[in-house]
Amino acid sequence: MAERTYLQAISDGLRQEMRRDKRVFVLGEDVGVYGGAFKVTLGFQEEFGAWRVIDAPLSETAIMGGATGAAIMGMRPVAEMQFADFVSCAWDHLVTVAAKQRWRVGTPVPIVLRLPSGGGFSGGPFHSQNPESSFAHIPGLKCVCPATPEDAKGLIVAAIEDPNPVLFFEHKHLYRRIKGEVPEERYVTPIGKARTHQEGDEVSVITWGAMVYTAEEAAKQLPDSSVEIIDLRSVMPWDKEAVLASVRKTSKVLVLHEDTRTGGFGGEIAATIAEEAFEDLDAPVRRIAAPDTPVPFSPVLEKAFIPQVDDVVRGLKELIQY
Amino acid sequence: MAIARVAEPSGSLQDVKEWGLDREDLLGIYRNMLTTRGVEERGHILYRQGKIPGSFYTGRGNEAASVGVATAMGSDDVGTPLHRDMGVHITRGVEPWRIFAQYMGREDGPTHGRDGNVHMADQRLGLIAMVSHLPAMLPVAVGAALAFRIREEKRVAVAWSGEGAMARGDAHEGMNFAGVRKLPVVFICDNNQWAYSTPAHLEYAVEHLADRAQAYGFDGVVVDGTDVLAVYREAKYAIEKARDGGGPTLIECQTLRMEGHAVHDDAFYVPKELFERWAERDPIERYRTWLRENVEMTDDEEDEISGYVKKLLNDALQRAEQSPLPDPSTLLEGVYATPEDLDTPHHK
Repeated sequence: MAERTYLQAISDGLRQEMRRDKRVFVLGEDVGVYGGAFKVTLGFQEEFGAWRVIDAPLSETAIMGGATGAAIMGMRPVAEMQFADFVSCAWDHLVTVAAKQRWRVGTPVPIVLRLPSGGGFSGGPFHSQNPESSFAHIPGLKCVCPATPEDAKGLIVAAIEDPNPVLFFEHKHLYRRIKGEVPEERYVTPIGKARTHQEGDEVSVITWGAMVYTAEEAAKQLPDSSVEIIDLRSVMPWDKEAVLASVRKTSKVLVLHEDTRTGGFGGEIAATIAEEAFEDLDAPVRRIAAPDTPVPFSPVLEKAFIPQVDDVVRGLKELIQY
Repeated sequence: MAIARVAEPSGSLQDVKEWGLDREDLLGIYRNMLTTRGVEERGHILYRQGKIPGSFYTGRGNEAASVGVATAMGSDDVGTPLHRDMGVHITRGVEPWRIFAQYMGREDGPTHGRDGNVHMADQRLGLIAMVSHLPAMLPVAVGAALAFRIREEKRVAVAWSGEGAMARGDAHEGMNFAGVRKLPVVFICDNNQWAYSTPAHLEYAVEHLADRAQAYGFDGVVVDGTDVLAVYREAKYAIEKARDGGGPTLIECQTLRMEGHAVHDDAFYVPKELFERWAERDPIERYRTWLRENVEMTDDEEDEISGYVKKLLNDALQRAEQSPLPDPSTLLEGVYATPEDLDTPHHK
């Protein structure tokens, strides 16, 4: 075990896979000489060469379409959008080609698309978004959102191994601020299994990504309450059983995400709880999410946008007192 | 001002032999062109009989372009043929009965009823199935070429597009990336002059679409898409050049879409004289004449080929009609691939 940042853990996992499997290659903007906008692939081109760490032109469509073609030909592309926001330029290829090819014509498309996502540093409307729910809605895609360094490594390995297009939402706010013990050897964290971030029996928080830590901070401010935090790790597939088990244990549930509220994945979780665990509930399911606006730039506005610890504390108190 | 090279028409038998085609190959091309048209003509009948759900698309007038290019491909090469390129499927060896089953949404179609018309491909034959969003398959073919380049395989990807789809960003991004990396890919633009009802002069402002190749750093060629041997020659040259590390080529095959966009469209907007003029250059008739004049194709041989095609298609229709409808209980299967699914010819 060694202490690694979330970013280093992603980098470690990717490097390990590239060393053991020649089919794995990296494709994206500035991923080679520069090592990626966030330096996840720093030093990769020196180690693996310019044809396995490929600097692409500013062409998200060609990156995603190219990754699809290479995957169909037996490669294991790990493509990078410089920011998750730019995946809009690759949407068509993800959704129209990659997601449907297996079901439609029997051709698997094993791709990992790395998506530096999330806000909290004045990235503004085009460098801060969390578009996971848009893609969770598309049959054929998987959406992974790790919260810890250990998961970041184990899930990038799982994503590369997976025979499907996997969107890997790596939260930029966690890159360098979150550190943890990470095994040095190779391991695979299964996609679709939630993790209990902390156990409790009074109220459940269902969340993922950076909001896991917001929930943790909020729970610390309620030392007399027993808050369970479920880190979904992936929203497609999502661990329904783990969520329902936690709801049955606590009978009160808060669904928390950084993405905007309407059509956010929290709605799907809340609906499923209402359908399958209604009798177990002692309070209405509560959602906390960003308001339905673009992500603002100015720090005061962004603070009003991204769910804050105080918002979660308030939500938890209301549930506990219900 | 035109920039692309305008290809010469097909030459003498001597020229053709130099390109590597013997008499049997030449008759095989004719058979493939007849089969291509026959499949679509019979498909049209099936549609009118109410046996094909949805709509129905043909590539009438494009038989020389599609068969010519496919004949020039190597067995390990791959391609992404579109809805005017039935000739590619036929030339690569897709069995007509499977195509009819596909048209009718039956279990034995290449997509088992999950997608319709020409949205199909047999990947064992090096084909990648198209989507409706044209030219989305162009960057996909570029990605296939990227895989070949990374693995240093001597294989080539052929990317099809129509002149209408050349207006979309996918075409630009795909061709630019391929040009920058000198990837082993050949771009085929079937220029049939009409994107649904929109004429070519409202689709692009250059003289020839192949002129754009220069902007991407590779060669552009304009070829008469009704001249199967000229198409073959240009495709062969471009494919072998790509195989040898010479980078991409954009080949514009000029044709006329001889029917509507799909079967529901009577193409009232296409001037009648234009149809008449291009009907005189029917690719199959042109090639038949060439064969009679240059390789002395006999009446017997001609009858034998047309008889073969007729029987092939009659048998295919019968077999396709016996194919069961897909089982609705299988709808949920295969949305996600399993590791075993990766055990395909491409992924090995």
